[in-house]
Amino acid sequence: MSENDQHEQTITPAALVRARIGLALFAIYVLLYGGYMALVLFRPALLSARPFGGVNLAIASGMGLIAAAFVLAIVYMVACWLVEGGQAGRQRPNSRRH
Amino acid sequence: MLYETSPTAIVIFAAFVLGVIGFSFFLGRKGQSAQGYYAAHGEIHWFVNGIAFAGDYLSAASFLGICGMIAFHGYDGFLYSIGFLAGWVVALLVIAEPIKRMGKFTFADALDSQFNSRGIKLAVAISTLVVSIFYLIPQMVGAGDLIMPLLGLPHAAGVLLVGVAVTLIVVTAGMVSTTWVQFIKGSLLIFFCGLLTLLILNRGLMVNAGRPGAANLAPQVKTVCPDGTLLIDGKPQSKEHDLRPVGTILALPTRYAGQTSTGPLGPLEYFSVLEDSTIITWSSKKHADAEGTHTTYSPLERKGTDLLKPGGYFKGLVTGTLTDKLDFASLMLALFCGTASLPHILIRYYTVKDQAAARKSTVVGIAAIGCFYVLTLYLGLGAMTSGALDPTSSNMAAPLLAKTFSNTLFAIISAIAFTTVLGTVSGLIMAGSGAVAHDLVENVLHIPLTDREKVRCGKVAAVGLGIVAMALGILFRNFNVSFLVGWAFNIAASANLPSLVMLLFWQRTTKQGITAAVTVGMLASLTWILLSADTFEKVYGWSRESSLVPFSQPGLVTIPLGFVVLIVVSLLTQKNQPTAS
Repeated sequence: MSENDQHEQTITPAALVRARIGLALFAIYVLLYGGYMALVLFRPALLSARPFGGVNLAIASGMGLIAAAFVLAIVYMVACWLVEGGQAGRQRPNSRRH
Repeated sequence: MLYETSPTAIVIFAAFVLGVIGFSFFLGRKGQSAQGYYAAHGEIHWFVNGIAFAGDYLSAASFLGICGMIAFHGYDGFLYSIGFLAGWVVALLVIAEPIKRMGKFTFADALDSQFNSRGIKLAVAISTLVVSIFYLIPQMVGAGDLIMPLLGLPHAAGVLLVGVAVTLIVVTAGMVSTTWVQFIKGSLLIFFCGLLTLLILNRGLMVNAGRPGAANLAPQVKTVCPDGTLLIDGKPQSKEHDLRPVGTILALPTRYAGQTSTGPLGPLEYFSVLEDSTIITWSSKKHADAEGTHTTYSPLERKGTDLLKPGGYFKGLVTGTLTDKLDFASLMLALFCGTASLPHILIRYYTVKDQAAARKSTVVGIAAIGCFYVLTLYLGLGAMTSGALDPTSSNMAAPLLAKTFSNTLFAIISAIAFTTVLGTVSGLIMAGSGAVAHDLVENVLHIPLTDREKVRCGKVAAVGLGIVAMALGILFRNFNVSFLVGWAFNIAASANLPSLVMLLFWQRTTKQGITAAVTVGMLASLTWILLSADTFEKVYGWSRESSLVPFSQPGLVTIPLGFVVLIVVSLLTQKNQPTAS
């Protein structure tokens, strides 16, 4: 361990806000992933439905989960960028802590 | 099936490997510091690091395994894609920033940052080595499997070739050359899979893969005689008399009545046409008698709608009992939690400048890996209907699909499959090398190392690990590849994730708690795996019923167990302990 690690280890208020945003977005994804897995496990027949005409729900939801991961990643990056941009000011109370 | 060796594949592969090794020597020619060897000076650009994440992560199991599983069993291979990608959300949203903030070279640094405990370093270094070795075996076995049909060399030659090339890459310039190999491999993989997908959509779907007449649906029998000779339908195997390639469309939807081809299809149209088509897949059955072991491959007429829903591979999902469902849930939980606990992924966070760069590179990684996993569905379904599948080997689905377009593309895809192994194996050896030199030798044994000695020690460890990897690759040659990757994810998630998460979110975590959780998580998941029905059947050759655990994938039990152990031990060791702040 080198001594210059020390200052990097302190958690700034902005880092705390970023962590909360991360957790809030993570909770959303857990719900999506968990919901999808629950469908696969307990209501597989539903996934054969074709609500959009052509593509069935199994493929649409699978692709949707992959797209959701990407969208959440972008949202997180933008949110962190905003927090860092406003670092000099106050923290933004935009996420709840349980 | 017998394959023709492709001189183009050999040339492309040789050019790539020599190019990369030459590049490594170029990068490694100046003297190195430990910071350079273990963390690429922390100077890798975030975009390069993001693509290198993809190169590190998309192993042979992702590329060959998932395509093959989709081609043979339909939708279920895509469940792996979804699980493998979901893990990255955990990595980005929960793990990336703190890991970068707390560590320097290795994962053990991060877990130990507030404690300075030898116990933690020892436990984490061992778990890093165990996970890396479990992950290495399938990569090496895959390399050997690929080299046999494609370059006409024996299995061991493939393993040795990959082992030597990777060891050279790691030893010359450590994390710098490893990063560039992974960057090149990641870009090539995504680019050529994208190209293949465009070709698949442009070709559309064709009855009997575009061949005139009806498909030959006679069952095929492969016999392995006691003396080792191979018979196909009772006659010796030769180039002229071999198993027929399989996997075709029997009938297109009614709206294409009278036509044998759909012409170019849109990306969504491709799925909807396939859902209304009738497809022939092949299943195999083995039986043994005095003349040898016979494997019968028989055609199965399937509706597209059945192939495009879950349950084709994970049979328990449709008919199953509760334990089958728990087994599946356990695997999906391990994939979700495992990614962010894989040591070779975590060390990549130390190659970038700061936390913002760590974040940005993870987003690039998610974009690249997500794109690739979307493409796997097209590649798998394209292979399923290409009429080119080898009924004996699902691992060859992607290269054989490429062959239906052109021999050059076949050569390129085969070469990329090898480089896939190179990229992942170099990351694993790098992670192991750091665990041995930085964690074990320097921090656990307290042997003082100068900067230069630390680099030399890491290189010696890398050579050692390279030799171990080659030996295991040869020993485990008859092993199912994706099976072992699942184990690695389970062990990584059980051993590492509870400590990582609790350290971040529970202030009363103690060093004894972490040491105990890592040790118990690792041993419990390992023991569970060794006692599972899958291992009993496929490794020891015993009956599934005699297994001692209710289902095969341990994650559902051992990940929570890690949390419980950490909390209980931490609460018992509260007094006078420096706790996480």
